[in-house]
Amino acid sequence: MTPSISRSDAAQRRTPPLGGLSATFLGLELRRMMRNRRTVIFTLILPGAFFLMFGANAAVKSERAGVGNVTAYIMISMAVYGAMLATTSGGAMVSIERAVGWSRQLRLTPLNPVAYLCIKLVLAMSLGLASVVVVCAVGLLAGAELPTGALLTAVFLAWSTSIVFAAFGLFMGYLLPSENVMQLLGPVLALFAFAGGLFIPLDQLGRVFGTVAQFTPVYGVGVIARWPLQHDGSLGIAVLNVAAWTAVFAVGAGWRFRGDTARV
Amino acid sequence: MAENPNTPAVELSGLSKRFGTVVAVDDVSLRIEPGEVVAFLGPNGAGKTTTIDMLLGLSRPSAGQVRIYGGTPRWAVAHGVVASVMQNGGLLKDYTVAETVRLTASLYRPAEPAAEVLARAGITDIADRRVGKCSGGEQQRLRFALALLSNPDLLILDEPTTGMDVEGRRRFWAALGEDSRRGRTVLFATHYLDEADAYADRIVLLRHERIVADGTASEIKSLAAGRTVRAILPGAAKSKLAARPGIESVQVRGDTVLLTGSDSDAVARHLLTRTAARDLEITSRNLEDAFVALTADEPASAVDAHQRTVDQGTLV
Repeated sequence: MTPSISRSDAAQRRTPPLGGLSATFLGLELRRMMRNRRTVIFTLILPGAFFLMFGANAAVKSERAGVGNVTAYIMISMAVYGAMLATTSGGAMVSIERAVGWSRQLRLTPLNPVAYLCIKLVLAMSLGLASVVVVCAVGLLAGAELPTGALLTAVFLAWSTSIVFAAFGLFMGYLLPSENVMQLLGPVLALFAFAGGLFIPLDQLGRVFGTVAQFTPVYGVGVIARWPLQHDGSLGIAVLNVAAWTAVFAVGAGWRFRGDTARV
Repeated sequence: MAENPNTPAVELSGLSKRFGTVVAVDDVSLRIEPGEVVAFLGPNGAGKTTTIDMLLGLSRPSAGQVRIYGGTPRWAVAHGVVASVMQNGGLLKDYTVAETVRLTASLYRPAEPAAEVLARAGITDIADRRVGKCSGGEQQRLRFALALLSNPDLLILDEPTTGMDVEGRRRFWAALGEDSRRGRTVLFATHYLDEADAYADRIVLLRHERIVADGTASEIKSLAAGRTVRAILPGAAKSKLAARPGIESVQVRGDTVLLTGSDSDAVARHLLTRTAARDLEITSRNLEDAFVALTADEPASAVDAHQRTVDQGTLV
C-alpha cells in the first residue's frame, strides 16, 4: 500500500513567500513558453527575419545614420518590434489561461493574484529581452555598425520601454478570453509598428501622418530606443508618449484584473 | 485554528446566493465535523456547485457566512487547509503531469513530496506525459494529485469520478477512504447515487436551492418512502391501524397488511406486542427511490420531508 498522509497541524501552515512568486514557478513557466512553437516563431524568429529582409543589403549598410549605419537603425527598429511582439504575447498568456480554466484552478491554490500578475510581467519582459538580444545578434552579424556603448544603451532602452506592451498584453489578456488572442493582436501590433515608424521612417510619410503618428503607442518606444544611435523626432514627446500609453494600458489591465478576481 | 477539536470543519450559516432575481442557494445552514465524509446529492440546478463555489471563496455569498476550520474560505485556500477537485478545473496542455504537480507544489508550505502524491493518485507511470495527451480520467487523477499536495484538512470534490473507468473509480474511493480514516474531512458532490450510498457517512440532499434532507444513507431512505412493514394479521382493522401515530398508509390484502411510516420500529413493535401479527418483514426502498421521492416536484411531501429533517437536525 502507498504510505498514508498524516494529519498536519494548521498552525504549521504558511502562505508561500512573495505570494507564490518563486524561481521554480518562473522557471517552469519559461520552459513552457519556449515549448510553444508559435511563440518562438513570432517573437524570436520573425523580427530577425524582417531585419534580414530590409536591413541587410549593401545599400543600407553603406548609408550613415547618426553614429552608425542604417543597418543599425533598422536593427534597433526591429528589436523594438520583437520586444513588442514578445511582451504582448507574454502578457496575453493570461487570456489563454483564463480560456482553458487554469486561472480558476490557480485560484484554488495559495497563489496570490498580484503575484500571478507579477509572474506574467516578469515572463513577458524576459521574452522581450530574448527577442531584443536575438535581433541585435543577427544585426551585428549582418553588418550593423554602431559604438558598443550606443548598442548596449539601445538594447536596454528597446527592452525596458517595451513594458508598455507588457501592460497592453495583460490588458488584452484580461479583456479577451481566447485561446488565439495573438491571432487578433498580431495584426494590431503590425499596424501600431507601421504607424509608429518602425517599418518606414515617419519623415518619408508626410507631415500629417507624422503628426498623427506621435500619438500612437509605438512612436515613443521607437524614438527612445534609437536615440543612442540617432536623434530623430522629439525625445520629450516620446517620453510623454510612453508614459501616457503605459498608464492607459496599466489602468485598463488593473481594471479588468480587479473585475476578474472579484468574480471568476 | 484547527487544533480546537470543537471547531467544525465546515460551518455554513444562512448561506444564500442570488444572481439578480434568480435564487441559486436559499438559506443553507450546515455543520460538518472533522473527519466526516459527506455527499452532496441533488438534481442539476439544486445549488450544489454554487454552494461549493462559495465554500472555496470563488464567489461571494449574497447573505450568510462560510467558515472552514473557523477561518474564511480565503484563509483556508491560502494556507492549504482546503483543497478541491473541480469537475471542470482547467489544466495546461503544454505541461507534463510531473511539471504541473511541481508547479502547484511550489505554492504550498509545507507540501507533500511530488512523487508521493503521484503514487497516491496512481499516475506515476504517466508523470512525463504532456497533460494534453492524457485521457479525461488521467487528467482527473492529476487534479486529485494536485489536491493532495497540501495534505488538506478538508477536501472538496465536485463530481470527482467523472470520466474515470470502474477500476479508476474504485481506486479513487479506496484512497479517499483511507485518508478520511486518518481525520481528513471530505465533502463531495455526485450524480452517482451508489457512490453516495457506499462512501459517505452522511448525505445532504439539496432540492430547489435548499437542503431537504440530511442524514445517513439509511436515514435518507426511510425519510423518503419510509420503510414498509408487512405482516400476516387476520381480521386487521384498517381504520384502527391508520389512526396510530407514525403510520402513514395501510393496505390490507386478505390476511396481509402493508404499513408504511417513518418509524418502522415503532410500527413493528406495536404489531408484535399489541396484535396477533406474525411473519413480520421490514423492507426499505433504495437510495435512488429516496432521491426521486425527495427531489420530485411534489410540494407537500417535500415540505413534510424538510420539516422532519429540521426536527432531526436539532438532535445532531
